[in-house]
Amino acid sequence: MRTLLFLLQKEFKQIFRNKVLLGMIFGMPVIQLLILPWAADYEIKNIAIAIVDHDHSDYSQRLISKITASEYFHLNVYAGSFQEAIRYIERDRADLILEIPPDFERGLITESPQKVFVAVNAINGVKANLGGAYLNRILRDFNDDVRLQWGQPERFQPAPAIQVTSSDWFNPAMNYRHYMVPGILAFLTTLISAYLCALNAIREKETGTMEQLNVTPVGKYQFILGKLIPFWIVGIIIFSFGLFIIARFVYGIVPIGNVWALFTYLAVYLVAMLGFGLLISTYCDTQQQVMFVMFFFMMIFILMSGLFTPVESMPVWAYAIAKCSPVTCLMDVIRMIILKGSGFADIRNHFMMMIGFAVLFNVWAVVNYKKTTG
Amino acid sequence: MKEIVIQVDELTKEFGHFVAVDKITFEVYKSEIFGFLGANGAGKTTAMRMLCGLSVPSSGNATVAGFDVYRQTEQIKKSIGYMSQKFSLYEDLTVAENIHLFGGIYGLTNRQMKEGRDRLVERLGLHNEMKKRVGALPMGWKQKLAFSLAILHRPRVVFLDEPTGGVDPITRRQFWDLIYEATEEGITVFVTTHYMDEAEYCDRISMMVDGKIEALDSPANLKRRFSASSMDEVFFQLARGAKRN
Amino acid sequence: MRKKLKIKSAIAANRNTQFLAFVRKEFRHMFRDRKTLLILFGLPVVQILLFGFALTNEIKDSRIVICDYAKDEASRRIIERFAANNHFVVEESLKSHLQIEDAFQEGRIKLAVIFPANFLSDLHHLHQAQVQLIADASDPNTANILKGYATNILMDYQKELSMDSPLPYQIGSEMRMLYNPQLKGAVNFVPGVMSLILMLICVMMTSVSIVREKEYGTMEVLLVSPVNPLLLILSKAVPYLFLSLVNLTVIVVLSVTLLEVPVNGSLILLFLESTLFIITALSLGLLISNLVKTQQAAILFSLIGLMVPTILFTGFMFPIENMPVVLQWFANVIPSRWYYVIIKSVMIKGAGIQAVWKETVVLLLMTGFLLFISFRNFKTRLEA
Repeated sequence: MRTLLFLLQKEFKQIFRNKVLLGMIFGMPVIQLLILPWAADYEIKNIAIAIVDHDHSDYSQRLISKITASEYFHLNVYAGSFQEAIRYIERDRADLILEIPPDFERGLITESPQKVFVAVNAINGVKANLGGAYLNRILRDFNDDVRLQWGQPERFQPAPAIQVTSSDWFNPAMNYRHYMVPGILAFLTTLISAYLCALNAIREKETGTMEQLNVTPVGKYQFILGKLIPFWIVGIIIFSFGLFIIARFVYGIVPIGNVWALFTYLAVYLVAMLGFGLLISTYCDTQQQVMFVMFFFMMIFILMSGLFTPVESMPVWAYAIAKCSPVTCLMDVIRMIILKGSGFADIRNHFMMMIGFAVLFNVWAVVNYKKTTG
Repeated sequence: MKEIVIQVDELTKEFGHFVAVDKITFEVYKSEIFGFLGANGAGKTTAMRMLCGLSVPSSGNATVAGFDVYRQTEQIKKSIGYMSQKFSLYEDLTVAENIHLFGGIYGLTNRQMKEGRDRLVERLGLHNEMKKRVGALPMGWKQKLAFSLAILHRPRVVFLDEPTGGVDPITRRQFWDLIYEATEEGITVFVTTHYMDEAEYCDRISMMVDGKIEALDSPANLKRRFSASSMDEVFFQLARGAKRN
Repeated sequence: MRKKLKIKSAIAANRNTQFLAFVRKEFRHMFRDRKTLLILFGLPVVQILLFGFALTNEIKDSRIVICDYAKDEASRRIIERFAANNHFVVEESLKSHLQIEDAFQEGRIKLAVIFPANFLSDLHHLHQAQVQLIADASDPNTANILKGYATNILMDYQKELSMDSPLPYQIGSEMRMLYNPQLKGAVNFVPGVMSLILMLICVMMTSVSIVREKEYGTMEVLLVSPVNPLLLILSKAVPYLFLSLVNLTVIVVLSVTLLEVPVNGSLILLFLESTLFIITALSLGLLISNLVKTQQAAILFSLIGLMVPTILFTGFMFPIENMPVVLQWFANVIPSRWYYVIIKSVMIKGAGIQAVWKETVVLLLMTGFLLFISFRNFKTRLEA
């Protein structure tokens, strides 16, 4: 126990001595947390539209101005032909083409059904889908306008209408920041504490101090704990600062669930991830190797965590992988507690799973950490 | 009858088909300086690592300070000091902090630690350097400091793996003065080196060639036996037949 | 005159052999460290396959609950449609809407649909009836999209009801999905992940390997040798360029064969543009290696400093044009943002250089700028 205290003192001295490192540890997450959430916005607006108007009539003009008046579209160009418009799409200057056929107005007045042509850049499928849907909605409104102007209302049969009312729980303003800020904060906390822990351990190996410690009576457990505890504290500090200061005062996010549940969970989570970092360092020989192996896993953890793309849409095998990632698990819990007001009871399963990870990674790391070689 | 501190009997280490250390047998007595000589790759470091509990032997027996190298490595670690060719103090900690750390690891009480530190400062003349980062010290001082730290907890044996690599002759001389002082305090010194002039400073020397001990005696006896004027010649005659380099 | 020329060419030849010797040394370093090599070749393969198959913005199989107070013909027909739709999985039917909150808090469901009592009779007699959707907006994107899908199902049903009375003045639309008619996620994510992986790996490799030599003091040994420092740095970059091109080839082959993402444009153009981008990333790594002293700092800088920002600002997750203007400027300094546009155009849209020349120029300028800054830095440090 006393040995552990000496090891801890040493780690903290080393961390606080290195001003560059210290600046990065605490500066980078703050800066990134202030900037990044503003970029992470899925709301589709500003769809660049290229219009090919073969009709040049009063009605086609009215349709176009109705489209450009909406917040979703902005008219980028009038193209002379469909071919020309395609070139705009190729150059990423337009996302969507609307082609109005000749005799659009005349046909409309003579009551024959009219068709406009829409072509969407569908590389980003969701954006294409939404863009198409928005445009269709505008066309429907325009259609109704036309009907009101020309037709006598009594000609219509009153058709049965389903009114859809909707409410958005837990985030009624549909504020994307409320969703992104805790997620990004969790990424940064994970990246920094796990990376530091793994790099720190491997540095001792590379510089030979690890060997020096190996001929002393320092035990495996003491060594591993001596590495875990400092970076566990670093992780807790970063997360707390991010949540209680930045999320609270910059983004106005107040956790509505049980904060103790959140931090208890985070505490276990950090033990798991730091153990994971240590585990990797026991398999590597150089900092470079640790960096790449950690990079490999962190990319998978982050991109498949469900923050950016839905986990449920993945193929079954990928879904299984995503569900087995501690980061995915943390994302779930954070969202449940901060935004939905869940408590200990709701996250019981998540808890058991994370305790499992923590035990697995750390025991594995201790077993694989050899005081002897060859 | 001299007290035996290290007893080695047919100790062997194999890496696959490669026999790094081949059935070596010897004894090291209390307070002596035991030199472990050999060309690069002769197996010196491997043998030493087995005795320190850093590497598990393939066969044979050995005890260090009365503890078995297979089963009692943790007890061995409490009774030895170690300093490797690769300088391995924490360069980003100060001198005082390194003393504090290693003293703490070996379980010294606060009083022992203070005494140890004072003695060390006195001996090395480090009064003004206590608050300096070790990384900022000249190489010679780092090495002297590393040695002093290795014996801070008064171990029974201290293992030195090529401790004087890359330092000037004067510092080497000072370094050996530190070693002599340690033996006067009853510490046994086990040192590997390939500086033949340093071999002359040892009480007894073992010469390793291709994993085996080819000769073991005091420098004077060895020179007599090989009718050589210096250890260099002795070494040359022995190592000529070596297959590894 | 001829003598002078001869000396000059002799010096040049000498330079060349020196350069080759250094390149050979770097290759040896690279191939010696088997573990790192395995990671560097294995990592992009695993990641492109994993992400290519797994990442999609589409929302499928979202679990929903239905709370049906009507229990009539109409609500039953609609529920059947929800069950048949591949966007939804109907988890269970609730007796009371009071249970909905629990279901949300346990994280079981994403959407709840509530039919009021008398749904069918309201629809027939009052010509209108209400359906309430409750979405879990703690994930606003999913909430929006799911509400859209649900509304579509309801509207389709309504259309069916009114089929018998066609309306006049009909304006229809014919929609074509260009480049990706099946709306597959991979078409978007493969170019994105490619940009991301190439950029991060290149930056990390250069910055760390150069700082490593600094830390070990071997850099000084090389610097006092009669070799031009520029050559020294270039010789470090060659093996990485080679390695990245091999990786690129593997990624392209995998995406064409397994992920069914085509290369519609010129393969040569694709490789030329990629080479340019790799050099840009290597230069960025070089600059970072100039700024820091330890590997630890280099790793933190190039990894933690760049990873999440690159994911966000490349544009494959979040369209750049949606961002606030200040952040759009910010995105513009991330090289992968430009490469992503290029690679999308060349690979998917089959466009030629005339479509991407602007982005190419931007990358060229960036590379020039990064190299200029790092070499100037390098020189002054040598002279100081």
